Amino acid sequence: MKFGVVIFPGSNCDEDMIYVLGNIMKQEVVRLWHKEGDLKGCDFVVLPGGFSYGDYLRAGALARYSPIMSKVIEFANRGGYVFGVCNGFQILCEANLLPGALLRNERQKFTCKNVHLVSRTPDTLLTSLIPPGKALKIPVAHGEGRFYADAKTIRNIKKNGCVLFSYCDEAGNITPASNPNGSLENIAGICNWQKNVFGMMPHPERASDEMLGNTDGRLLFESVLQSMVEAGR
Amino acid sequence: MKTEITTVETAKEFGLLPEEFEMIKKIIGRVPNFTELAMYSVMWSEHCSYKNSLKWLKTLPREGKCLLAEAGKENAGLVDIGNGLACAFKIESHNHPSAVEPYQGAATGVGGINRDIFTMGARPIAQLNSLRFGDLSLDRTKWHLRGVVKGIGDYGNSFGIPVIAGEVYFDECYNTNPLVNAMSAGIVRTDEIISAIAEGEGNPVYIVGSSTGKDGIHGASFASRDITEQSAEDLPSVQVGDPFTEKTILEATQEAVKTGALVGMQDMGAAGITCSTSEMSAKGNHGMIINLDLVPLRQTNMKPFEILLSESQERMLLVVKKGREKKIENIFSKWDINCVKVGEVTAGNRLQFFLNHKKIVDLPADSLVLGGGAPVYERESKEPSYYRKTKKFSISSVPEPRNLKEIALFLLCHPDIASKKWVYGQYDTMVQTINASTNAPADAGVVHVKGTGTLLFFTVDCNARYVHSDPETGAAIAVAEAARNIVCSGGKPLAITNCLNFGNPYNPEVYWQFTGAVKGMGKACRRFNTPVTGGNVSFYNQTTAGGSEIPVFPTPVIGMLGIRHFEPAPFTGNGSHGNPAQHMTLDFKNQGDRIYLIGRKRNDISGSTYLYAWHKVKLSPPPYFDIEEEWDIQRVVSGLIETGLIRSAHDCSEGGLFVCLAESAMVRKYGFDIRTDPSVRKDAFLFGEAQSRIVVSVNPADEKKFQRYLERMDAPYSFLGEVAAGKISVDGEMFGTIDEMAERYNNSIEELAG
Repeated sequence: MKFGVVIFPGSNCDEDMIYVLGNIMKQEVVRLWHKEGDLKGCDFVVLPGGFSYGDYLRAGALARYSPIMSKVIEFANRGGYVFGVCNGFQILCEANLLPGALLRNERQKFTCKNVHLVSRTPDTLLTSLIPPGKALKIPVAHGEGRFYADAKTIRNIKKNGCVLFSYCDEAGNITPASNPNGSLENIAGICNWQKNVFGMMPHPERASDEMLGNTDGRLLFESVLQSMVEAGR
Repeated sequence: MKTEITTVETAKEFGLLPEEFEMIKKIIGRVPNFTELAMYSVMWSEHCSYKNSLKWLKTLPREGKCLLAEAGKENAGLVDIGNGLACAFKIESHNHPSAVEPYQGAATGVGGINRDIFTMGARPIAQLNSLRFGDLSLDRTKWHLRGVVKGIGDYGNSFGIPVIAGEVYFDECYNTNPLVNAMSAGIVRTDEIISAIAEGEGNPVYIVGSSTGKDGIHGASFASRDITEQSAEDLPSVQVGDPFTEKTILEATQEAVKTGALVGMQDMGAAGITCSTSEMSAKGNHGMIINLDLVPLRQTNMKPFEILLSESQERMLLVVKKGREKKIENIFSKWDINCVKVGEVTAGNRLQFFLNHKKIVDLPADSLVLGGGAPVYERESKEPSYYRKTKKFSISSVPEPRNLKEIALFLLCHPDIASKKWVYGQYDTMVQTINASTNAPADAGVVHVKGTGTLLFFTVDCNARYVHSDPETGAAIAVAEAARNIVCSGGKPLAITNCLNFGNPYNPEVYWQFTGAVKGMGKACRRFNTPVTGGNVSFYNQTTAGGSEIPVFPTPVIGMLGIRHFEPAPFTGNGSHGNPAQHMTLDFKNQGDRIYLIGRKRNDISGSTYLYAWHKVKLSPPPYFDIEEEWDIQRVVSGLIETGLIRSAHDCSEGGLFVCLAESAMVRKYGFDIRTDPSVRKDAFLFGEAQSRIVVSVNPADEKKFQRYLERMDAPYSFLGEVAAGKISVDGEMFGTIDEMAERYNNSIEELAG
């Protein structure tokens, strides 16, 4: 398994992702500089969190035009696996690899805290090992994370089983109070119809190291590895 | 040379004293031109020269075997943390800009302190903030609070450094003049430390980063005046921050450091090009020739003094090894950052600036800088009249209240004590995946240094009310509390940085507070073996009230670093285990665990939030404090942690024992059932703030061993009660459920801040 983590100017969770994939999950990881026109033969591309281009104009709006993105789009369209976390998710929506958009949080403030998520679709690369109904404790840290799409798109996302995660309470109940940013339907993460492009606002890489007292996020990476092995990649 | 005539009147307009104008003439052997005088005025301002504080700062302990740089010699303190690594850390104020433009003032404060860290080659890993605001019922205070918090968040979140600890207090003395002290810490390999030095004749000098504009001109002088009703007119002295540019400069300089092609590097903060060129030259005993025509400018028609004094943010000065220019230029080009050669290092000590082929400045570099030619003063000092009044306070003057339950809830909701969740929830506290205290809260912020078995501990502390009551004791308590927070988290205190926020030094009563605080801090730092690695002095912090200027509480904030080493377990891959959390936490772990107080119960309510806010007694001495007792208690708790005999440790501070217990209980939604001691007044028992007291919880199975250990250590301790299910009970009286207490404690600031 070869992972590639894209680095845009202003990315700031790139090294965290590389640490989890490389040091904790013991996988091969390469850094993909945004000016490069080559994905270096990666099986799985990650767009990390941060503030690419300072989030100026709109989160993800500028990074989407970075040279490497045309390669990422090509790769995704050929069925390659692409995973965006936080700012990476915003970029994937801006690049139209995922439906919908991420708006300013309902309360107009940046929010960083542990939240809980439940998996809504057990048959994706990212969620295959996550027990149904299990509330995973994973942190969010964003100012623009309110998932929005028009009613028809939302219907399609749900119909195609593309909601990866919803915000929930500690017991796994999807409630308005457990929604940290006003996302429609408590949506925390989605995938595309083909289920090879994934995006989520919460940071699983921040919940993967025993030293930090929370490893709930590791289930996502373990799911990816197991699924890829089964798929013979 | 430019021939604009300057006179003593020009000097006065620049904020220089007549005798300082005479000194300048004597140093350079002629009358300075306008541009040169402008440079002296900022470099000799209080902010850059520390002229009214330096003499006293030199009395602080500044040596220790773990220190890699002497205090004040580099941009930040540098402490050896083993494994070939050092920690660079420093705290700095941005009070005056934040008073008139809270958002940008605070944002650029965060930017500035981080540049101080990464200019040394270190990668910032932790941020802390120590904030003071006025009365929270005032609209102006709400504007300050919201702006400052958003400014810190927007800058730091984008820059990508976790905020790991902090403190926020409110008092009417800060109504006009909030205090915004930002601390940053970074990690650098000891063989990659970059000094702020210019040497090697012919080595090229580069400006990298943002273009230079007219923002922040005379910011340093602005910071060296009283804040008054007219200060808003100084708005152009406030700079504007761009965290994105700073982030790319961080990454580029980190790459540049690895090339070995850098001679020296310094960020441009106060006094911009003037300060960085003169300090680097003076430090290296060299000079510089700089061509100002080459400086990238944001606007046309900038006058030379404007270019030299501009405090435009996100700029650095680099001295590069001759012949290695291309390597450095390529790195900055990769990150799309300006990187322009503007001059070179010269032999001798002259700092020379050219514009349009004309020499416009020619000065000895060292004459401009602190420790060189800049003046040093001792100011008049006088004991304030209020000081004697504080001594007259007696607990017997306060009738013992019966409604302790009501007071307990009042204190939990008091903005000095209530959860600061509304504040830190707007900061990224988890980026870099090194904050070990998010899920395992402790009295100090705890950072895991990846790839090593090292934890670093950070805390910022100062109860300014105690310092106001008695500067010497109050400042010593600030150091003691910082050390206590680190010890309670399982760390060993190593060193401090300080941010000394005071009023106008020309006010003798303020100077008395200042010198007293420095004495107390020095004494405590010697006792705790925590030398001072550097810091910042901010004078002229005043609040306008009733038509007169009232100094803020003397607020000497202590930022302390601590350390703990452990045996790291390697990751072995998928599903395997590394190390679990390695530090001591503050939360109660199990119902039925036994709660003990390490330290003595005292019949003392002096200086407490309870006395000040509930009884509205404004003048009383600081709470009981004995430095030797404090030292002993910390050794005892450290020993308890090492022997594994306790499950939690939390120090008693604002709000006293009750608040301490409630904070330990709330994390996991436990309650507690305790008994008071009839030998001490019940209000003093619950809400007094006598120092040197730590609450611990013990597994009942370990209780005998725990007691034997304390007997052997001859330590003062007493049994308080037990960790209960979700209810709080004192002497059998129900104080409420932990859920309702937590609800109020967690939401009080948000309700008040609106």
